Amino acid sequence: MSGILGFLKTCVRLVLTGGRAYKAWVAFLLVMIGVGAVAYSKQLDVGLIATNMRDEVSWAFYIGNFTFLVGVAAAAVLLVIPAYVYHWKPIKEVAVLGELLAISALVMCLLFILVDMGRPDRLHHILPLLGTPNWPNSLLAWDALVLNLYLVVNLTLVVYLLYTSYQGKGYDKRIFVPLVLLSIPIAISTHTVTAFLYNGMAARPYWNASILAPRFIASAFCSGPAVMIILFQVLRKTNDLEIKDEAIWKIAELMSYAMFLNLFLLGAELFKEFYSATEHLHYTEYLWLGIGEHRALVPYAWFSLFCSVAAFLLFLVPKTRKNYVTLNLGCLLIWAGVYIEKGMGLIIPGMTPDTLGQIYEYTPTIIEWGIAAGVFGTGFLVFTLLVKVSVPILLGTFRAGPQEGAAAPAAPAGLAAH
Amino acid sequence: MSDRKIPNVLPEGGAPADASRRAFLRTAAAGAAFSGLAGCGVDLEDVFRSHFKELSKDELAKVLAKVEEKNRKRFGRETKVGAEGPIPGVEFGYGLDISRCVGCRRCVYACVEENNQSRETPQVHWIRVLEMEKEHGVDLAHAELYYEAEGVPRPGKFYFPVQCQQCRKPPCVKVCPTQATWKEADGIVVVDYDWCIGCRCCMSGCPYGARYFNWADGVLPAGELNPNQHYLGNRPRPKGVVEKCTFCIQRTRNGRYPACVEVCPVGARKFGNLLDPESEIRRVMETKRVYVFKEELATHPQFYFFYAT
Repeated sequence: MSGILGFLKTCVRLVLTGGRAYKAWVAFLLVMIGVGAVAYSKQLDVGLIATNMRDEVSWAFYIGNFTFLVGVAAAAVLLVIPAYVYHWKPIKEVAVLGELLAISALVMCLLFILVDMGRPDRLHHILPLLGTPNWPNSLLAWDALVLNLYLVVNLTLVVYLLYTSYQGKGYDKRIFVPLVLLSIPIAISTHTVTAFLYNGMAARPYWNASILAPRFIASAFCSGPAVMIILFQVLRKTNDLEIKDEAIWKIAELMSYAMFLNLFLLGAELFKEFYSATEHLHYTEYLWLGIGEHRALVPYAWFSLFCSVAAFLLFLVPKTRKNYVTLNLGCLLIWAGVYIEKGMGLIIPGMTPDTLGQIYEYTPTIIEWGIAAGVFGTGFLVFTLLVKVSVPILLGTFRAGPQEGAAAPAAPAGLAAH
Repeated sequence: MSDRKIPNVLPEGGAPADASRRAFLRTAAAGAAFSGLAGCGVDLEDVFRSHFKELSKDELAKVLAKVEEKNRKRFGRETKVGAEGPIPGVEFGYGLDISRCVGCRRCVYACVEENNQSRETPQVHWIRVLEMEKEHGVDLAHAELYYEAEGVPRPGKFYFPVQCQQCRKPPCVKVCPTQATWKEADGIVVVDYDWCIGCRCCMSGCPYGARYFNWADGVLPAGELNPNQHYLGNRPRPKGVVEKCTFCIQRTRNGRYPACVEVCPVGARKFGNLLDPESEIRRVMETKRVYVFKEELATHPQFYFFYAT
């Protein structure tokens, strides 16, 4: 037990020490969290009237962010699949970072669901034993299950790997490999179940299309790795972590295929809607062309399409894929493109016009932005702290000494600059 | 603060009525993990209550008394909160004569008064009357909910009121993650406002826009409170939960008409027991041709539209 205690103690010490840039970043995140806390206490006080959601558009910004982040979380498998299934060397060392990203994204997902709930004090009603989950009918009950399962599996994996590395032991394949393999179908299922949550609503023709789940997976395989590519470069500069160029380029190549699939599926959907032009076209029309004077989403929709196409081209051409300026630009474009597409671009048109044909144009309030800032701040903080602890342990610069880490080194090499 | 007493985690007299593992877990968790919440104004007795369908007779009586107590505190008035169950051999059906409706919205406001809806910020209406163009027929893309008219009916228009269709296959019940909403034996789809977590899945699932969320605390002057209440019906709702039309469960289970039927000045609204061959609704179905709204979604409503003339 003293081993675990020592491990925890040194983790805390790692988190508390760092360079000026690190401290400024953490302080910035804490400010964001503070803003979120103030905004949320206001929302708790007056109710969800603090948002611009109304009966016509009853899910909006929070659920849009949730949907986007489920994609980011699921995308960890893009790194895990090649790394572990094919024993493909360059990615293997860094796949664990994908899992850290998944954990942080899941924290944000669960927080976005929590802040969207009218009665967070009754959260336990959805839990088995304590509450009455509506299995197997309710997709939200399933979603809560798979998201939490994915979180637990990822946490177990990461903690196990870090703890064994910390002790200077190799990990036990009989524990590690099955867990990794298990995490792959769970990752896919989290995203599929989330897609089904919308997909299953016959009342909302915009969502009630079988292409929804495949598009979710395709766009997730773009947005998640985009974060990783940027992160790898930061870690490479600030640590001795060896991440080869070819690993980064390979991920970028996979992303271009995923983006092609995403754009193809989008095209298939747009063709079906516009060519058949049934009454179901209204929702697609609202997003891309606007209905009458209601055009709130139109510029965003086209901007998102532009970002996605531009990123696809940048990642497809080997020359721009291997140039770090254009590569990073592509990552930013993908983030912007998918964030709009899987966030507001998915949720809002699903509910505009509403089921009785009425149009309520939704835009988030300051409170909603504030709460979202708090959730993102929390997620980034979790991610920052996890990376701060993990990298030196993975590098082996931070290990239990002969006295079980009692005399841990003051600061791991390279981290001061981080 | 006197209402925030320490919770009675076990009912008086020993074992819980539904001596299940769930109840035990609730009890254990009540004692341990959440004890700090009591100080934050969260009523633990509510937090660790059982699902409505699992309540014993005594527990139900306690729950109802508590609602009456809350009403007394909030409105300073005595109320009678019942929980009458479905009457055996009764399955409610509703008929709406499109050719008669004149779009006066009297049903909308009679419903608001009967069912204790919030009067403002935001106003909640369980019935929504759509003004449609005769030229287009029932076409939602050409429907206007917020029509303002000097007089109705207006030339070239007809009126199409929409409320909960009490579906036989209700999508809202299917998607609810906590079983906080369900269909009763007499066909009424109800919500337990004390079980709903406010996730609003049901609002996404309902094809009729018939579910409404309490975005804020309802505004309901004490003088306008309807004191005859049903636990699953018109009792005042807390903020953060979903509500909907219940065919005036507090009336219809006691042999009365829903308020909207009673108030309709042109007799466009018919109501009765689908299992009774002599009922008004059965007569409508025998002598007129009825249809249901959005039949392609196969929700199989217990609410029928017809054109009598």
